[in-house]
Amino acid sequence: MELRRDYFADVRKDGLHEIGQPRPRLDSPGHVTGKTAYFADRNFPGMLHLKMVRSPHHHARIRSIDTSEAEKHPGVVRVLTAKDVPHNVYTILILIQIGPEDETVLADGKVRWKGEAVVAVLAETERAAQEAAAKVKVDYEVLPAVFDMEEALKPGAPLVNEYHGQNYYLYDSGECRKVRFGDVEAGFAKADHILEQSYQSSPIEHAPTETTGCVVAPEGNDRFTCYTNTQAMFFTLDNTSIILQMPGNKLHFVGGTVGGGFGGKVDVIVEPIAILGAKLTGRPVSFIYSREEEMQISSPRAAEKVVIKDGVMKDGRIVARKVTGYTDAGAYSRHSPYGAQKGAGHYPGPYTVPNVWIDTYCVYTNRTPSSAMRGFGVTIGDFALEVQMDKLARLIGMDPLEFRFINAYRDGDMKAHRQPTEGAALIECMQEASRAANWPVAEKYMAMSSYRKGA
Amino acid sequence: MAKVPVQFTLNGSEKAEFIESGTTLLHALRDKIGDTSPKGGCHQGTCGACSVIIDGELRLSCLTLAETCSGADIKTTAGLAEGGVLHPLQRAFLDAFATQCGFCTPGMIMAAKVLLDRTPNPSREDVVEALSGNICRCTGYEPIVQAVLTAARANSQNAA
Repeated sequence: MELRRDYFADVRKDGLHEIGQPRPRLDSPGHVTGKTAYFADRNFPGMLHLKMVRSPHHHARIRSIDTSEAEKHPGVVRVLTAKDVPHNVYTILILIQIGPEDETVLADGKVRWKGEAVVAVLAETERAAQEAAAKVKVDYEVLPAVFDMEEALKPGAPLVNEYHGQNYYLYDSGECRKVRFGDVEAGFAKADHILEQSYQSSPIEHAPTETTGCVVAPEGNDRFTCYTNTQAMFFTLDNTSIILQMPGNKLHFVGGTVGGGFGGKVDVIVEPIAILGAKLTGRPVSFIYSREEEMQISSPRAAEKVVIKDGVMKDGRIVARKVTGYTDAGAYSRHSPYGAQKGAGHYPGPYTVPNVWIDTYCVYTNRTPSSAMRGFGVTIGDFALEVQMDKLARLIGMDPLEFRFINAYRDGDMKAHRQPTEGAALIECMQEASRAANWPVAEKYMAMSSYRKGA
Repeated sequence: MAKVPVQFTLNGSEKAEFIESGTTLLHALRDKIGDTSPKGGCHQGTCGACSVIIDGELRLSCLTLAETCSGADIKTTAGLAEGGVLHPLQRAFLDAFATQCGFCTPGMIMAAKVLLDRTPNPSREDVVEALSGNICRCTGYEPIVQAVLTAARANSQNAA
């Protein structure tokens, strides 16, 4: 590894001991010997297996649920429906006052996406649980569904989620997160060129090699130990405490070892129902997603649409940027209101633009609820922004890297969110990229600095 | 349900179990015998995390019925280190930072071991081919390929 010490040399104490040095990972010896204990490596005598009955419809009213045949199936110990869950309607971010509670642990009267959990079956073997789940009879009245964000926002669209009352998340700022800086229309009026483009992405599944799941063991003292591969241990503990109306000191979560997460294991989905199963049966419970469930049921990265309108001068300065972002939350909030808000915080990208207008919407559709994944709210936005930057450079006949030097944010610049820029390093990153990629730029750009006045 | 007796050698030790007919070797190893080094990633023979060595052949334990393994010699990653000393492949995976989440690692090491047992001096292409049935979703393939090549070199130096 090459460490380039010449960047920021005059503002950094150069006592680096760890950076640039390879250090052994603490977890590797366990990995290479097969000794690392993942949650599913725990096995308890008498352990029950939980399988979920899921909605085959995107949007439907539940007329009735008949579990009688499933309960008679050999090996079945308990069948759970909405009425068994103490606090069935929840939302993950309620812990940081981002409500309303909008999602059911087990469907109650309605399903809002294809794959939604309706009935949980606990049995002696996985096979018995699967067979019994197939015997649960749910009578549905299919309702019109909406799968497209723009369709969902039109008047008269089917209402996805009654807990919101409209097909978008209502922020304290209104129907979207808003950033207003300067006068974007005045910027467009004086621009030499205007470019408006639309960018879209599909949902993306994390596809971890280890599927989502947990193993729960009831202890002798009314406590429950939950071995889980959650990436959000305390979110999960606190939400489970709310859902089960059980004090946190009754819950002992063991985790931290995750067979691939990438943000796909931050929702609170398997643990509350598995712990409830353990509580109501007094037996250990294993709830592990099949590969099919991991691909179809677990939250993906949200689909997004980003519309960017820019005003640019012939000399390369962007004088106005208007961004409208749409995040497809699917049927429930999970982490998407936060994701859409992050988008608002991220635009207009690492560039100094004097006139900025940003609206980001979190939209509800009858699609699989989306949630976190590596830089969610920002990653697709960056794709859109950087493709737009290349298009703008082409429009004015400028080298795309030099175009970015002209607009790069630097220390002291006021950002659209009215935070002065501090600790910028874009200029230096691009200088090094220029060298490493052998993509030369004019000497004046190689002499620029993120932090030195006048450079 | 009627149980079936199975008896095989696992990492040099005799094992005997009564299992339900239809039980996979993966299930028998993990939940009956207690060797959790093979992992269940897909249970449909596509990810390679459950790879074990049966009579010298690389096998997917999630697609192998335990009852077909009577009398077999089965090896897993849990049995690879001898006397507390890591196998050269394990050493090389450690040194090359060839693990991230670690879930695919035992399967990767099994696939690599079968390769090196047969082809002590593999080409890069041989290694890529041998690991092609094992998915690393952390996408750390390059360090894994390097680790296998390093282990091969270490082996041939020891042999020389």
